[in-house]
Amino acid sequence: MQRYLFGRFLQALFSLFVLLTIVFFAARLTGDPVALLVGEMATREQVEKLRAYYGLDKPMHVQYMLYLSHLARGDLGRSIVTSRRVTTLVVQRLGASLELLAAALLLSLTVGLVTGVYCAVNRGNRFDLLGRIFAVIGQSLPVFWLGLILMLVFAVWLRLLPTCGRGGLSHLILPAVTLACGLSAGILRLTRSSMLDILSTEYIKLARIKGLSELIVIWKHAVKNGLIPVVTYFAVLLANLVAGAIVTETVFAWPGFGQLIMQAVIHRDFPLIQGIVLFVGSFVLLANVLVDILYTFLDPRIRYN
Amino acid sequence: MEKRITFLLEVENLKTYFFTRRGVIKAVDGISFYVKKGETMGLVGESGCGKTITGLSLLRLVPEPAGRIVEGRVIFEGEDVLKKSPAEMRKIRGSKISMILQDSMTSLNPSFRIGNQVGEVIRLHGMVRGRTLLQKVIEALRLVRIPAAETRIRDYPHQMSGGMRQRVTGAIALSCQPSLIIADEPTTSLDVTIQAQYLRLLKELQEQTKTSLLFITHDFGIVARMCDRVAVMYAGKIVETAETRDIFDNPRHPYTRALMSCLPKIEVQLKILAAIDGQPPELGDLPPGCRFAPRCSEASEKCWRYYPPQKVIGRDHGVSCWNVHQYQDGESNRGS
Amino acid sequence: MAVYSQKAFKNLCSIASTMRGAPKIPIVILVMVFMTAIFAPLIAPHSPTVGSLPDRMMPPFWAKGGSLNYPMGTDALGRDMLSRVIVGTRISLSIALLAVFFAGSIGTIVGLVSGYFGGPIDVFLMRMVDIALSIPLILLAIILAAALGVSFTNIIVVIVLLLWPYYARQVRGETLSIKERDFVLLARVANCSHTRIIWRHILPNVVPSLLVLATLQAAFVILVESSLSFLGVGIPPPAPAWGLMVGEGRVYLATALWLSFWPGLAIFLTVLSMNLFGDWLRDRLDPKLRQI
Repeated sequence: MQRYLFGRFLQALFSLFVLLTIVFFAARLTGDPVALLVGEMATREQVEKLRAYYGLDKPMHVQYMLYLSHLARGDLGRSIVTSRRVTTLVVQRLGASLELLAAALLLSLTVGLVTGVYCAVNRGNRFDLLGRIFAVIGQSLPVFWLGLILMLVFAVWLRLLPTCGRGGLSHLILPAVTLACGLSAGILRLTRSSMLDILSTEYIKLARIKGLSELIVIWKHAVKNGLIPVVTYFAVLLANLVAGAIVTETVFAWPGFGQLIMQAVIHRDFPLIQGIVLFVGSFVLLANVLVDILYTFLDPRIRYN
Repeated sequence: MEKRITFLLEVENLKTYFFTRRGVIKAVDGISFYVKKGETMGLVGESGCGKTITGLSLLRLVPEPAGRIVEGRVIFEGEDVLKKSPAEMRKIRGSKISMILQDSMTSLNPSFRIGNQVGEVIRLHGMVRGRTLLQKVIEALRLVRIPAAETRIRDYPHQMSGGMRQRVTGAIALSCQPSLIIADEPTTSLDVTIQAQYLRLLKELQEQTKTSLLFITHDFGIVARMCDRVAVMYAGKIVETAETRDIFDNPRHPYTRALMSCLPKIEVQLKILAAIDGQPPELGDLPPGCRFAPRCSEASEKCWRYYPPQKVIGRDHGVSCWNVHQYQDGESNRGS
Repeated sequence: MAVYSQKAFKNLCSIASTMRGAPKIPIVILVMVFMTAIFAPLIAPHSPTVGSLPDRMMPPFWAKGGSLNYPMGTDALGRDMLSRVIVGTRISLSIALLAVFFAGSIGTIVGLVSGYFGGPIDVFLMRMVDIALSIPLILLAIILAAALGVSFTNIIVVIVLLLWPYYARQVRGETLSIKERDFVLLARVANCSHTRIIWRHILPNVVPSLLVLATLQAAFVILVESSLSFLGVGIPPPAPAWGLMVGEGRVYLATALWLSFWPGLAIFLTVLSMNLFGDWLRDRLDPKLRQI
């Protein structure tokens, strides 16, 4: 198991370096990164200071080293618009985004897993059909459109929920549901097909031969193995979650990093964009490693090899 | 014929059909046989003849919704199993009737430890927990001669060899002292050397515990070694049933005789390996008469049209063939 | 040798002949979408980019103030919504097809090489695939757009980068199982070159599942592109990209919901039809690819 985890960790490290390198070059692709990093209102002094700080006159590999050393110290630069440190800005927004992500994840896992299992067990009947219809619609709906429609119906027409912003539970409902919709659809399909595979295995047959009740056969024996493909899907899921979060936060003006990055785009605040990309990207990679650890607990074949 | 009361299991006209989009597949089409207490009964036939489905039908675990037992009686210990409620069936499964499946790698859940999987059935039917449960699990593993059972209970299936795993499935089957064990090709996925060991073990345990064994296999060699009586299945029907010795000395049904002649004998030098011409029929597309007629060299018009009823010849020897009265006792089989 | 690749070719033909039971409505919708894309300039009643300011913000024809001249209404600049949605079909489909084509090509080559040759090449390439899959590409899309600006080409490049690993993974898996099959072994015994084996024996057998994946990916691309356009880092205005239109209509959601509704509906129906068709295709082909 140690070897497996070490391998995954190493790979995450590589991914991180690829991410860092791409971001590094993204800024320098335009030829004059200073323009991006400083904005139009800067004074000559500020420009010179920045050039020196990022080592923009020096050769590439020196710049890269400087870049890495800045990152190691947690220095993501300063926002052009507000002149505050990017790190501070991002950390401030973290709580809001985590709240939204956690709510959406919880909702989609619950709905997706339970419905997926239920559909597989009741294959062919009306519930299964409904589940599959929901799944394919959920995966076809554009997140932003769904969000706008939900907002229109529930906030504007019915006035049941607030339109935007963060606050109590009522503010969380619409964004979380919007984000969870596509996610739960994907989880449902995956769980369903994985469970269908498992329900036809010999060990499920043996579980029934032992005389165990259907409930135990499904929820103890089948589900334990059925979760494994869902966990491996998690990496893709997380990437989709981030994309969805950015869109959802924009639609509902939810004060998380998603809204922040889009505002940065509008204001052409490149250091902020860069900082968020690095921060969130690293966060995703870390989450992937954590999920890999979880995976080893689910599948003993990995643990004892 | 012996009195009915001494039979542990009596199957009467069992029919299990599969209802698919392409039509009805008559996997088991009216078979009858019995198993006495403490004996080993063999159920032999080629792949697809319906023997596995027979085993599953006895436990009412035919894959739904396509499969269904449409007719028949399965009388176990005096009661018709087919009339029981699901809850009553669950009490029987694992404790009175249990089953050993073919491939131990796939029949053990890869995510649970061996001890857990053996203990599960003991706890369910024996209602024991904790230390007593642990003791019983270790006893069950020791019964099937697994060395160092106390440490083995913490292993996962993939950490064990094939032979060892198959013993574990045997332990699961035996742990609640069932009256009947259905063994569905338990040695097919094992190496030849391990096969012999495993069969020896099964035989010893069976004699020790006086459990009846319904041994499903395609291998006549195993039948010779293990079974007291045997029923030969073909295309969903039982064509011949007899004591093992009678079947080998005096096979009467053309199919049985053909199978026998396919077994290479060590004392005879064969230039050509015999095989039976043709293919087993599609179970969705069966002729009205004898199923073996298309491949039988002695088939007549009557054979094609009408299904031959079972005739009893000699002691405990039943055959379903129109031509059987033409042969007399003692006539040895010539290769067909 | 020809016999065995004929077998592969027959597989392709048999796909065409098994269109019975196909989901009719999605296919009809897809055909309509394709036709619309091809004939867009001919079908669109008005110009998608030039609007008539006096006619701005008109609701759909059934509402008060609407007219049959502009059946779906007009936007803030007086542009006809119907025409914009029609022309938007071209944008969405062309991006979908181009992205799927390029990503599919790259991914297939990587998958074939990786699966066929195995060894260190396989390990290396699959690590690349894993790395590519673990980085959330939307972030890179945003930063590249910020650095290089938004354009048609940029968005295709970004989406191709997002998509190719899926193809590589699937093709590699298929290649691994196909290369063990008898007709491939026979080809190797007959001393066929690697290229020939890959091209004539393995590739044709990979194509069916590739088609399934391509269909489903096309749907995914449309969703990704429209999300990026909605955010403003996709297709730049004034192009009538569906996602962009939804974004532009957002401000007027309460008062003129048709601005965001129609383009979003177009996305939804197109993607739904592609998904339904792709699913049916997969169900159809799967029993042939795997044993039941």
